[in-house]
Amino acid sequence: MQFNALTAHELHDKLVKKEISAVEITEAVFKRIDAVEEKVRSFVTQTRDKALETARAVDAKIGRGEEIGPLEGIPVVIKDNMCTEGILTTCSSKMLHNFVPPYSATVVEKLKQAGAVLIGKANLDEFAMGSSTENSRFFATRNPWDTERVPGGSSGGSAAAVAADETIYSLGSDTGGSIRQPASFCGVVGLKPTYGAVSRYGLIAFASSLDQIGPFAKDVRDCARVFSTIAGHDPKDSTSAEFEVPDYTSFLTGDVKGLRIGIPREYFVEGTDPGVKELIYNAINKFEELGAVCEETSLPHTEYALPVYYIIAPAEASSNLARYDGVRYGYRDESAEDIVTMFMRTRSEGFGTEVKRRIMLGTYALSSGYYDAYYLKALKVRTLIKQDFDRALEKFDVLISPTSPTPAFKYGEKAGDPMQMYLSDVFTISVNLAGIPGLTLPCGFVDGLPVGLQLMGRPFGEGTLFKAAYAFEQNTDFHLRKPNL
Amino acid sequence: MATQYEIVIGLEVHSELKTNSKIFCCSSTEFGGDPNTHICPVCLGLPGVLPVANKKVVEFAIKAGLALNCRIAEFSKFDRKNYYYPDLPKNYQISQYDLPIAEHGYLDITVDGQQKRIGITRVHMEEDAGKLNHEGESMATARYSLVDYNRTGVPLIEIVSEPDIRSPEEARLYLEKMKAILQYTGVSDCKMEEGSLRCDANISVRPVGQKEFGTRTELKNMNSFRALQKALEYEVERQIDVLEDGGRVIQETRTWDEARGITLSMRSKEEAHDYRYFPDPDLVPMIISPQWIEEIRQTLPELPDARRERYIRDYGLPPYDAEVITGSKELSDYFDEGLKHTGNAKALSNWVMGELLKFINASGISVADSDFPIRPASLAELVNLIDRGEISGKIAKDVFAEMQQKGDSPAAIVEAKGLKQISDQGAIAAVVDEVIANNPQSVEDFKNGKEKAIGFLVGQVMKATKGQANPGVVNQLLREKLK
Repeated sequence: MQFNALTAHELHDKLVKKEISAVEITEAVFKRIDAVEEKVRSFVTQTRDKALETARAVDAKIGRGEEIGPLEGIPVVIKDNMCTEGILTTCSSKMLHNFVPPYSATVVEKLKQAGAVLIGKANLDEFAMGSSTENSRFFATRNPWDTERVPGGSSGGSAAAVAADETIYSLGSDTGGSIRQPASFCGVVGLKPTYGAVSRYGLIAFASSLDQIGPFAKDVRDCARVFSTIAGHDPKDSTSAEFEVPDYTSFLTGDVKGLRIGIPREYFVEGTDPGVKELIYNAINKFEELGAVCEETSLPHTEYALPVYYIIAPAEASSNLARYDGVRYGYRDESAEDIVTMFMRTRSEGFGTEVKRRIMLGTYALSSGYYDAYYLKALKVRTLIKQDFDRALEKFDVLISPTSPTPAFKYGEKAGDPMQMYLSDVFTISVNLAGIPGLTLPCGFVDGLPVGLQLMGRPFGEGTLFKAAYAFEQNTDFHLRKPNL
Repeated sequence: MATQYEIVIGLEVHSELKTNSKIFCCSSTEFGGDPNTHICPVCLGLPGVLPVANKKVVEFAIKAGLALNCRIAEFSKFDRKNYYYPDLPKNYQISQYDLPIAEHGYLDITVDGQQKRIGITRVHMEEDAGKLNHEGESMATARYSLVDYNRTGVPLIEIVSEPDIRSPEEARLYLEKMKAILQYTGVSDCKMEEGSLRCDANISVRPVGQKEFGTRTELKNMNSFRALQKALEYEVERQIDVLEDGGRVIQETRTWDEARGITLSMRSKEEAHDYRYFPDPDLVPMIISPQWIEEIRQTLPELPDARRERYIRDYGLPPYDAEVITGSKELSDYFDEGLKHTGNAKALSNWVMGELLKFINASGISVADSDFPIRPASLAELVNLIDRGEISGKIAKDVFAEMQQKGDSPAAIVEAKGLKQISDQGAIAAVVDEVIANNPQSVEDFKNGKEKAIGFLVGQVMKATKGQANPGVVNQLLREKLK
């Protein structure tokens, strides 16, 4: 077995037993990258020298007989919208093509403290806006299961790197499905945590009230380990919650007897691939077999989630992205003779089409005279959507649905039609609007393409999601299959 | 008959709060410093950073709100005000829109001896912007412009008045009282020259008796109390001229040109920004407990109005003097400190209002400066020396002049220079005899009923004693001897 194909917990055990070294793991990962990166194209930046340096330090520590943590010496890839001190952080945008942050995001600091080996920064849809990673201004990332298909997005690079065994795990960010949809497309486990569970400090904002950082992993145990490491209150982020972070692996009992699972009927309507639907029903049957109680329920405001999202997210983005003006850092148009022209040309050229589309949508929604009709109304409907979940989750421990209506689609298939592209997030968006956690894990294949099952839970109820996901994983083998690259 | 116009003015005052760190990060708020040295990723608005509200800023804003008799919000939030300008690193300013920290207050001013109440609409918190330095006249014409972000994120409160002000003079008095209150409260230095107190004005005129307001203009760039009054006086005349010529006042923003003494159009209403305010999703709403408000209320010091009343009531100071002294916290603190060392408040007040203010104005040194030469205790001692008859009022002025130079105590100066008043009748009698002998004409005049002549004789004795003779004693002796 190649070390790079193992999970973090498997590698940790081998490190502790001194069967391998951290340098060997890192080198195995680099060897894999050398072999497949040309086809997959997950990375915007690789940090090989620093990675080896970290790995050597971990080996020295093991050599001294010191105890190591669960992520110590294990390679990780971070989506290129999280700031890494001294390492290029681009958001896959021309606007930040040369931006080297003088500080690190809180999650990056936490991983550093945990001894993680950062091997590089992953490609994404520009500023995390997109569902296929086709909107990267640099290049498109490929789906390891079929390189003619997209890996999903916006965290496509993070998902593809894990699926292609170019890394052991990775971090992504999820504003409307940007972790779960690519995890589903690439056949890996992905978690969008409760809003406020993970610090956003250093995550380059797309939509502040929706953005959350979360892990991609090869199995549920790794996902729980990474989440245990990155979760927790951060005084630098006012929106991060104060809560006790448990060891989430303690929820991995495999026992779901009596677990109440709700099946929201609005997530099983027309437009979903029949093969996908069938796999979800299979999964529901599996849960019943394992002793869970599954029942239909309703989230009546589901149909409004997409329009509400496409008002709130662009509105926040239009303001968040105003700072990219060429004055202080990043791309600047040098030809302009005055400041206003410089602003306009810098932003016209620095941003891609989708980013500009959303900035314009958001600017419009916040404009004087339209605010009440759009933004304020959207906030009210958002509350209704949240109340749907509150009610459903009073009765049920977990809600279950497909992660995306289809498996990975082909390149260019939806690139020209924003509406079709937006619809691939139709099952994930509500979770961000409600601020609750959502986890996706592999539940089968349609035409050789992986399909993800989404589990949704109560705020700060990640433990329950891990419990359910782990039980399912223990009784299936979908997560063990590897793409043939 | 010519139309009489009524002036309507509302002021927007910006005051920097003197917290140690900025409103949303840990960078220093210190004024000055080399460009871009008091900055961090947060106040620079670098990609990925988040603001965290400084609790001290909220406390100071509440304190200011209480001092201005406002109702403090129990639920308040921050909003984003979106506009592009290179001194604003995020291209939005974090401010407060529809739920400001304080509302519905007032302050009182004294106009021609009458008290007048000016309503305060609201007090809200916001972050300051950076400073642009143009290599040229303006950003439009400059070869290039440099930005200093030291000031970016320095906490501000904006205080908006009701349109209750009826003259440029009232506007100045309002601003002076505002400055005093904020200084007493200790939330701001209010140094107009350093920009820690700034003021914009909305002004319109309407024929007396008309209910609706006239079209207003907004005036900016008044950098002193005097400039505020001058700009408003100019604008009143300009608007009346426009109306008298049959024209209409245009709603616009105008800037005060100090050198030319005129206001100039900056931008029209059509060019006004749509700020696209919305709640800042990076900051959580503030729930302000009544207990916290009460705790802050307990820390409020004696405010100018209360202190003025105390001066009038307890010390019998004339209202005008009390108003002037309490108008400046520094001066008033100085006076209070002096009162610890003398029981003669009225005399001390006279010295403060007279010689001390004259010296402050001439020297430009503030009484709060550590090198201010005349300590409050010294001035009080000077008052006591006069009261005890140890020096005359005339000598006291010389001693005061000496105190300005060296900062010595008045007793030491009197001692060193031998200026002590001579009240010993024996010592004075000899001089009186001599003066009577040398001035027969005046003696004659006095005896013939010319009362004035005694003044000349007293003067001669004072001259001969270098002013040290007690004038009362001299007078008494002269009268006895010329009976």
